Amino acid sequence: MTKNLHLWVIPVLPLIGAAINGLLGRRFKNTMVSAIALLFTAASFGWAAWAVLQGLQYVNAEHKPYIETVATWITAGTFSAPFGFYLDQLSMIMVLVVTGVGFLIHIYSVGYMAHEGGYYRFFSYLNLFMFFMLKLVLANNYLLMFVGWEGVGLASYLLIGFFFLKDSAANAGKKAFIVNRIGDFAFLIGMFLLIQHCGTLNFGGDNGVFAQVSKYAPEAGWGWITITALCLMFGATGKSAQVPLYVWLPDAMEGPTPVSALIHAATMVTAGIYMIARSHAIFNLSPHALQIVAVIGCITAIFAATMGLAQTDIKRVLAYSTVSQLGYMFLACGAAAYSAGIFHLMTHAFFKALLFLGAGSVIHAVGGEQDMRRMGGLRKLIPWTFWVVTIATIAIAGIPPFAGFFSKDQILGEVYHSPYGGKVIWGIGVLTAGLTSFYMFRLWFMTFFGELKLGSVDLGEEAHAANAPAQAAHGDASHSHGHADDESHGHGGVHESPWVMLAPLVILAVLSFVGGWVGVPQFMGGHNEVEHFLAPVMESPAVVGEQAAPTVRVLDPSSRPEEKPASEEWLLAGASVAAGLIGLFFAYLLYYKRPELPDRITAKMHGIYMMVLHKYYIDEGYGAIFVKPLLALSTVVLWRGVDQGVIDGLVNGAGSASQGVGGELRRMQSGNIRSYAAWVAIGAAAILGYMIWLGVNR
Amino acid sequence: MVPLSWYLILSAVLFSLGVLGFLLKRNIITIFMSIELMLNAVNLSFVAFANFWNTHLPPGQTSIIPLSGQVFVFFVMVVAAAEAAVGLAIIIAVFRTRETLNVDRVNLLKL
Amino acid sequence: MIIHQVLFIVFGFICVAGAVNLLVQRHPINSALSLVVVMASLALIYLLLGAEFVAAIQVIVYAGAIMVLFVFVIMLLNAGAEERTRGSSVALFVGVPGMIVLAGTVGWLLVHSGGQLGGVTISSSSFGETHQIARLLFKDFLLPFEITSVLILIAIMGAVVLGKREN
Repeated sequence: MTKNLHLWVIPVLPLIGAAINGLLGRRFKNTMVSAIALLFTAASFGWAAWAVLQGLQYVNAEHKPYIETVATWITAGTFSAPFGFYLDQLSMIMVLVVTGVGFLIHIYSVGYMAHEGGYYRFFSYLNLFMFFMLKLVLANNYLLMFVGWEGVGLASYLLIGFFFLKDSAANAGKKAFIVNRIGDFAFLIGMFLLIQHCGTLNFGGDNGVFAQVSKYAPEAGWGWITITALCLMFGATGKSAQVPLYVWLPDAMEGPTPVSALIHAATMVTAGIYMIARSHAIFNLSPHALQIVAVIGCITAIFAATMGLAQTDIKRVLAYSTVSQLGYMFLACGAAAYSAGIFHLMTHAFFKALLFLGAGSVIHAVGGEQDMRRMGGLRKLIPWTFWVVTIATIAIAGIPPFAGFFSKDQILGEVYHSPYGGKVIWGIGVLTAGLTSFYMFRLWFMTFFGELKLGSVDLGEEAHAANAPAQAAHGDASHSHGHADDESHGHGGVHESPWVMLAPLVILAVLSFVGGWVGVPQFMGGHNEVEHFLAPVMESPAVVGEQAAPTVRVLDPSSRPEEKPASEEWLLAGASVAAGLIGLFFAYLLYYKRPELPDRITAKMHGIYMMVLHKYYIDEGYGAIFVKPLLALSTVVLWRGVDQGVIDGLVNGAGSASQGVGGELRRMQSGNIRSYAAWVAIGAAAILGYMIWLGVNR
Repeated sequence: MVPLSWYLILSAVLFSLGVLGFLLKRNIITIFMSIELMLNAVNLSFVAFANFWNTHLPPGQTSIIPLSGQVFVFFVMVVAAAEAAVGLAIIIAVFRTRETLNVDRVNLLKL
Repeated sequence: MIIHQVLFIVFGFICVAGAVNLLVQRHPINSALSLVVVMASLALIYLLLGAEFVAAIQVIVYAGAIMVLFVFVIMLLNAGAEERTRGSSVALFVGVPGMIVLAGTVGWLLVHSGGQLGGVTISSSSFGETHQIARLLFKDFLLPFEITSVLILIAIMGAVVLGKREN
C-alpha cells in the first residue's frame, strides 16, 4: 500500500509564492504580499505534516525510507541523478522544523518589516529560501541536495544584503556567499570522490551510496573514505559556520532580524549538521574524520563563546552564540552521537529563533538601537518580550526543565563516553556551557535591568547619527543600524511590539519550554524518544566487528550495547547544570549587583580584552593572508597581464597585422599602368615557364 | 627546307620584343602597337605549325585538322581588328580628358 | 632548298630590324611605319610557308586597314614625341630581365632540340589555297565565324560610342 505522498509539493509551494511575489508583488499592497507568502508557507507546513504522518506509517511498516522519484535529471554514461525525494525519520524532523519555524518567522516578519521598503522583495526571497531549504532536506541524492545547498547560500546572500544600498550590508552578503563557496568547493570534491568510488550519488536503495559504502571496512588511515568525509566536513564548516569558515556569520547580522532568525539560527546553518548526520555511514567508517569533526566542533564552541563575551551589539552576541551552539552540534556528530546533534538542532532552532525574534522585538521597541550599553530597564516597559526572552535565555543556558538542558546534556554525556570525545573535550564543553550561560545572562541583564540609557550615554565613539555608515572593521565598538526607520518611528518612546510579532514569540517560547521533553534520557526516567525515533536511521546496515584494530564501535547510542551507570550520568548532568548556574551567578554579579566591575576588569586585562573584542583579529588575518594577495594577483597578473596583455594583444595584434599586410599589398595598386602591365607580363612568364618545365619533364 | 625551329625562334624573338615595348614605352599608342607585334608573332607560329602538321601528321591521327592553324590566324586577325578599333577609341577618349598620351600621367587609379 | 633559307633569313632579319626600330623610335609615327614594315615582311614569310590566303589578308587587313587606322589616330591626336617620365620601376627591373630570360630559354630549347622537329617547305601539293580555307571556314568552323561577325559588330558600336565627342 505505497501511497504517493507527492513530496515534491512541499518545496514547490513556497517557490510559487516566491515567483508570484517576485514577479508581481511590486504592484500589490503589503497585505496582499504577506497573505500570499503566508498562505504558501502554511500550505507547505500543512502538507509536510500530513506527509510526515503518512510517511511514519510507511516507514514503520516497511523499515526502509520512503523514496519518491519524480523524474530523471542528469544521465551521463553510467551516472544518473534523479529529481527524487527521501523521507525517513531524520528528514521528517528537519522538514517539520524548517516549515514550522519558517512559518512562525513569516508571521513575525509581517509585523517587523511593515515599514520597510521592498516588502514584496523580502517575502519573495524568504519563500525562495524556504524552497531551497526544503529541497535540501528532502533530496534523495547528494546532487539535488547540493542544489538546495547552493540555493540557500544564494537566498542568504540576497537577504543579508537586503538593504543593499548600505555598503556594509552588501559587503556582508558578498562575504557570506564567497566564504560559503569555499566550503562548497570542498563539498564538490567530496561528491566527485563518491561518484568515482560508488558510481552514484543516491542515498537510498540497494545501490545507493550508503549501501555501497557500508560494505567497506573502517579505515585506519587516510583512505578515500576519510578524504571524502573530510571534504564533506569542510563543506559543512562553510555552511554551518565552524572554524575556519565561520567569519561570515557575525557580519550576516547586517540583514533584517527575521533573516537572522530564520537563516542564521534555525535552518540554513543547520544544513551542515544535517548533511553530516545524513552521511553518517561514511563518517562511521573513518575514525580520523570523526576525530577531526569533534575537535573542530569543540574549538568552535569555546572560541565563539569567548568572542561573545566582549560584544556589545545584541545581535552580534547572538551570532557568536549561534556559532558556539553549532560547534556543540558538530561535536556531537564528531562523537558519532548523531541523534543527540539533531536533537540539539531542534531545540536550538526553537530557542535561538526565539532569541533573535525577541531581540528584534527589543530593537523595534527602542527604535533601532542595537547597542546593549544603551539599553536597560526594559523589563517593565516591554513585559511580553521580556518574558519570552527570559524563557529562551534559561533554555540556552541549559537549566532544566527547559529544552536546552536535555539536548546539551545528552551531547555532553555522549562526548564523555565517546572515543572521539573523552574527558578533555567534555571538560571544554562544560566550560563553554558556563561561558554561554554567562554571556546570555549578561545580555539579559544589560538589556532588561538597570536603567534605560538611550542616547544619554556617550560611548566615546563617533556621533550617533540616524544611519551611521558602517566602518571598515566589522563588529568593533561601532554598530550599524539594521532598522532603517529609527528616529522617525512616529510612536515616540519605548513600546511593546504588535501582536503579529508577539504571537510567534509566545509559540516559540512554549516550544522552548516543552521541546526538550521528547528527549528525556533514561536515567532520568524518560524514554528518550528522539533517540529511538532516529535509531532506524542511524544504525549502520553492516555492523563492523570489534575484532578489527583499531576498533570502530558503532557508536550511535541506540546501538550501544553496554549500559551506562546511572550515577555517572547524574554526575555529568549535574556538572553541566552547575556550569550554567555559575555563569548566571557571575553575570548577576558583574552586570546587576556591581556594574562598575566589568570596566575595572577590562582595564586590568586590557590587552586580552582588546584581542577578544576584535575577534582575535581573524578577519584582518584572513584579509592579509588570503584576500590581499588574491586581489593583487588578480590585478597584476590576470587583469594587466593576461587580459590586457595577452588577449587584447592578440585581438588588437590581429587587427594591426592585417592592417600592416594590407598596407604592404596596397603598394601593388599604384595606379601606374605600366606596373600593372609588368605584373601581367610576369604572371604570363611564370605560367609559360611552368608549362615549359612540365613539357621538359615529360 | 627551312627547319621549323627557325620560324619558332623568330616568333619568340618578335614576341619578346613586343613585350619589351609593352613594358618600356611611354606612349599609349606605341604600347598598343607592341601588342599588335605580339599578335603577329603568334600568327607566325600558327602558320608555321599549320604547314608542319600538313606534312608531318602521323597516320591515323584525326584530332588535328590540317590548315586549321591558318583559319585560326584568320580569327586572330579579326579579333585584333576589333580590339584595335575599340582600343583606339578609348585612347581618343582618354586623350580628350587628360590632354596627354603619356601613360604615366593616366594614374587616377592610384589608391 | 637553300634559296628558301636565304629568303627566310633576309626577311626574318627585316622583321627583327623593324621591331627593334619600333622600340627605339621616339615619335609614334615612326614606330607605326616600322610596324608596317614588320607586317609586310611577315606576309612574305607566310608566302614562304605556302599560306597564300593568309599572306594576302595580312597585307590587306593588317597592314592595310589596322595600321592605317593607327596612323590616322596618331595624326589626329598629334601628340608629338614622347617625353621622358619616371615610370614604373617594376617594369624596368623585373619585366625586362624576365622577358629576356624567357626568350632566351625558349630560344635555347629550340636551338637545342629543334633538330628533332624537322623542317617545313612549300610542297607541290596544294594547301593554303583559298578554297581550302573557305571550306574549313564555312564547314568546320562556321560557328566561330558567325560569332566573330557579331564581335565585329559590337566593336563597331563600341568604337562609335567611345569616340563620340560629348556636347
